[in-house]
Amino acid sequence: MMASKATRLRVIALYKDLHRLGREYPDPSYNFHGKLRGLFEKNKDLKDEEEIEKAIKLGEYIRNETIALYSLRKYRHLKRMYPKDSSSDPFLT
Amino acid sequence: MRPSAARLLNILVPIKRTVDYAVKIRVNPDQTGIDLNVKHSMNPFDEIAVEEAVRLREKLKDEIKSIKVVTIGPPKSSETLRTALAMGADSAVHVELPDSAPAPEPLGVAKALRAVIAREKEKGGVDLVIMGKQAIDDDAGQTGQILAGLMDWAQATFASKVVLDVGKKEATVTREIDGGLEELRCRLPLVVTTDLRLNEPRYASLPNIMKAKKKPIEKLTPADLGIDLTPRLETLKVEEPPKRVGGGKVANVDELIAKLKEAGITAAKA
Repeated sequence: MMASKATRLRVIALYKDLHRLGREYPDPSYNFHGKLRGLFEKNKDLKDEEEIEKAIKLGEYIRNETIALYSLRKYRHLKRMYPKDSSSDPFLT
Repeated sequence: MRPSAARLLNILVPIKRTVDYAVKIRVNPDQTGIDLNVKHSMNPFDEIAVEEAVRLREKLKDEIKSIKVVTIGPPKSSETLRTALAMGADSAVHVELPDSAPAPEPLGVAKALRAVIAREKEKGGVDLVIMGKQAIDDDAGQTGQILAGLMDWAQATFASKVVLDVGKKEATVTREIDGGLEELRCRLPLVVTTDLRLNEPRYASLPNIMKAKKKPIEKLTPADLGIDLTPRLETLKVEEPPKRVGGGKVANVDELIAKLKEAGITAAKA
């Protein structure tokens, strides 16, 4: 039995979300889009509802982890460049 | 008996399109500026400002009537406005400058914002301006303060916490200052500038980006606002900081002592 239309739309939305996130991945040598495509294609023939749901949950987990990575990276950079204590100047070594 | 109209707040969030924080800045060959052919995004402190406005609405719900974002910049700045709309702002104003125009200065930006606020008077005015404390490209950190001065409004800069009392038209703002925190109680209207520690901005998800495409962006020119953005400052030279001199490696302790002696450190004995 094919995945329902609703599930199909969820999967496509998840793919688009991850694809857009991949454009900002900080390590250029990491093939984000290649891996993304590969992982989704590997699961394209899944029939069991539970397995499909599990795969979607994994995808959402990876999406949230990637967003957290970006947020942390930005926050750490800004914290270094704009320290709370004005006497800890990042340019003084 | 008619119930009195509930006090509703209009929030204005000025934002700026700057060079992305992760870009390695390079000075151009003429030493007149930096290479601008790089990735741009919303000034991180302005992201924090947009986030704060959205969180205030999540907390106070209908008491926040509108969240409007405004930017003064080239055509591409509208992408930055779309990001803010995707984060939760309702509408936007783009004071568009031609690509060839020089970057506006804090005084010019503050005057433009004053003109935008004057225009908003017919729609209920602006009660609260939340903006980044500084832009990561020029690090001027002046616009908020100049705007408060021009408007004769209260200001609370480097805010790490904002609590609004809509009924009393007041805000209690905690500020990050050298040596600790300071708490101010301010009457509205108020200018708040955001510190890094105020909040963590949300990531605009794809569905929200799609929804944002339908939100209105009003386009204006400096002439529409009756302002002059001619720079008053001239940049004479831009150069990189001196390169860090690398350390050298020594093969063994004897060589280390020899080098220390050479450097004039008398304590180094054979």
